[in-house]
Amino acid sequence: MLKKIFAVLLCLTLSISLCGCGYEYFNPELEASYTSDLAGTELNVYNWGEYISDGSDGCMDVNREFERITGIKVNYTTFESNETMYSQLDNGGVSYDIIIPSEYMIERLMSENMLEKIDISKLSNYKYVDTSYFNPDTTGLVEGYAIPYNVGMVGIIYNSALIDEPEHSWTALWDEKYRNMSLNFNNPRDGFMTAQMIKGYSVNSTNLAEWNDACELLKSGKDVLQSYVMDEIYGKLETGEAAIGPYYAGDYLVMQEVNPDLKFFYPEEGTNIFIDAICIPKCVKNYEAALLYINFLLEPEIALANAEYIGYASPHTAVINNPDYCYYQNEILYPKKEDMPKVEYYRNIPEEVRMHYENLWLDLKLY
Amino acid sequence: MKTLSRIYIALILLFLYAPVAVMIVFSFNSGGSVWVFEGFSLDWYKGLATNSSMLTALQHTLIVAVLSAIISTVMGTAASVGILALRKKFTRRAVMSATNIPMMNADIVTGVSLMLLFVFVGSLFGLKESLGFFTVLAAHITFNLPYVILSVLPRLRATDMSLNEAALDLGCTPVKAFFKVILPSISTSIFTGAIMAFTLSLDDFVISYFTCGHYQTLPIVIYNMTKKTVSPDVYALSTIIFLAVFVLLILYNTLQSKADLRRGIRA
Amino acid sequence: MNKKSFGSRIVAAPYIVWAAIFIIVPLVIVAYFAFTDANGAFALSNFAQIGKYKKAFGLSILYAVIATIITLFIAYPMAYFMTKLKISNQRMIMMLIMLPMWMNFLIRTYSWITILANTGLINKFLTWIGIGQVQLINTPGAVILGMVYDFIPYMILPIYTAMSKIDNSLLEAASDLGSNSWSRIRRVIMPLSLPGVISGITMVFVPSVSTFYISQKLGGNKDMLIGDAIEYLFNTGSQYYNVASTLSLILMVLILVCTLIMNRFSDDEEAVVL
Repeated sequence: MLKKIFAVLLCLTLSISLCGCGYEYFNPELEASYTSDLAGTELNVYNWGEYISDGSDGCMDVNREFERITGIKVNYTTFESNETMYSQLDNGGVSYDIIIPSEYMIERLMSENMLEKIDISKLSNYKYVDTSYFNPDTTGLVEGYAIPYNVGMVGIIYNSALIDEPEHSWTALWDEKYRNMSLNFNNPRDGFMTAQMIKGYSVNSTNLAEWNDACELLKSGKDVLQSYVMDEIYGKLETGEAAIGPYYAGDYLVMQEVNPDLKFFYPEEGTNIFIDAICIPKCVKNYEAALLYINFLLEPEIALANAEYIGYASPHTAVINNPDYCYYQNEILYPKKEDMPKVEYYRNIPEEVRMHYENLWLDLKLY
Repeated sequence: MKTLSRIYIALILLFLYAPVAVMIVFSFNSGGSVWVFEGFSLDWYKGLATNSSMLTALQHTLIVAVLSAIISTVMGTAASVGILALRKKFTRRAVMSATNIPMMNADIVTGVSLMLLFVFVGSLFGLKESLGFFTVLAAHITFNLPYVILSVLPRLRATDMSLNEAALDLGCTPVKAFFKVILPSISTSIFTGAIMAFTLSLDDFVISYFTCGHYQTLPIVIYNMTKKTVSPDVYALSTIIFLAVFVLLILYNTLQSKADLRRGIRA
Repeated sequence: MNKKSFGSRIVAAPYIVWAAIFIIVPLVIVAYFAFTDANGAFALSNFAQIGKYKKAFGLSILYAVIATIITLFIAYPMAYFMTKLKISNQRMIMMLIMLPMWMNFLIRTYSWITILANTGLINKFLTWIGIGQVQLINTPGAVILGMVYDFIPYMILPIYTAMSKIDNSLLEAASDLGSNSWSRIRRVIMPLSLPGVISGITMVFVPSVSTFYISQKLGGNKDMLIGDAIEYLFNTGSQYYNVASTLSLILMVLILVCTLIMNRFSDDEEAVVL
């Protein structure tokens, strides 16, 4: 009940403070610390889409700043799911120096010996890293192999101008009322999560029958859905093309700046919490530049620019303790302990279970 | 009947140009959406000049298109000459069949098969990275070649042999005879082949998608952009490309009609 | 020196080597993957999994066939009417048909979303005149429309070329012998434009049956076509390369069979020989 009240309050009290980003240029003394003999080399960065401050709307263009200061050329490419990222690393077609996957994928990459150790002694900004995220029981992240970049939780976004406030449950995505108006995730792990939460299963279940069951539930809702989406959800919700869909809390904050009718809640059944972290894969070609880039991302000014642009919760201690940070103590990103929804991290699960759900996802699409 | 046919043609053209019109209109949108038109502005065009990822991709596209068109035209023309010289019918048929494969086959199959090849060779040599500029270039040359060959070969077959023989009898070396006699008579079809190759390379998405690695061409960047919210800058760039091609085609067309007119007078 | 040719066959050598490496070998690799398991051992297990993709194959073929038929019915009169125009107008229309093909097909497809969406132009208009919203996007119809739109020039061009090659004297002879315009079309134009129709059908069918972008953007990602399945598998990890290769191989054979069947209807010498 408390959760319900919390969720309602959350929707009502949400302050519509726009997150503008007039930023000051990088401090010149610091710039000096980034000069190195690496100028002229290239750095291949592989990140999620919409996951770095890129210079639009007058924000800082982090990659351009890095290039300007260090003289290192950044080849920045994006992926839309952990699985796509994995397949690119896996086949050896392309090499990357920096990747930013989620915790369960990091665990998998570690178990397959695909990550390089990060020399944290060379990161002068490592002091800002919140080391409580290195926890074998929750995130599974291992210190020295991953640097937390963003934290977030999944919730449901709906358009209050088009539909009344739904029950705070994942079942809203199955509701006949929203036929052709609702969306769901277009990647297996998140997609299954929505069904697993309804069924009360662990998102890391090793019981194949539970996955089958979740898949049956997804199949039963497929007909109601408008489409399976990833970042296309921005346009669809902002314009009113779709009325309801699950996505990451931080993205909601960005969307509601465009369309203030959008509202958000964490479903009662619980939800997924995730942490995306910076890693260096084994195929790294420019290790020193990669360290420089990581340190640059950890610079308080850069981390702040990114946190304000991306809108996700930050694991950077200098950012979350900065009262000027536009999402400082934001109720959605940083819920108080008593308001915190029930959450579960994804973990790397045994290969046969993984292949089982990857195939089930195909079944869902081929059904 | 005549009016009916005109209306029909007009309707089809309307169908073909509706999305193009949408694209052009929304490239002038002052808002950031390709769904809701908020007002007129040129901001997206101004923004293009500083959009480094798109400009780099455009540069990559042009480099690959020019190089692959040149290489495939030279190699394809030589191949056409050589194929005609093949005496065994079986060999000729075999070569022609192989030539037809990339043209008939689905792009996605060509793309994945080339990717598997590149990745396989890369792993043989223990490379950290097997895809990039050279693989996308090789892929484009591969799918361009059939178009060049099928453009040049028929023309070559129809060319009068006696001129060539005359040149040889008069003491020309075979190479010189080729450049002096044959080449001028097949130059139009070589040119057509080259233009086709250039266009195909410029527009290719599927095969580049599987083979380009970090060397992303414009269609790949556009593809990645359509995975998120598309902002009107992609439309602005496409509008510019569209207008450039439009002007070129008009120019080509007027030149052609003038040439026709002259030919008509002579005949 | 062989008097019948313009040069030596040696000049074809670079191409033949190239074709062997970049055309033949990749297909051999696809076949190798298709017949092996993830450990590289010979296996037919990939083919056992194919049943799952029945619907994807079925939908791909169904959509592609419908799209090809619609394209043919739209393009054929178009080509015919074009040949009736003045030469200079013919050339201009030709140019107008080619022009959109120079724009990236991803953008052309994407623009349709703006037109077909629930909040798109057509629905805004329908709402305004009081009919109300109609579901257009994310339907099979939208996917087929995307195919028709993207590939219709490939149908118009060959048919038009074949028709414009028809000797006018044949038509005159037909009218002298008492044919009316309909029987002229049926007895003279249709048979003589057949090669164009055949190549048009192949050129529309092949990209339609294997597409993976149109269905994702206009179909709402809900039902996979075979191209989508291949793309998904190649993007999920190398342990799926074998199944993905099997699907590619089947798709290739399917296309090959279709092309061969189509070629039986055509006695065009330039037609694909395999």
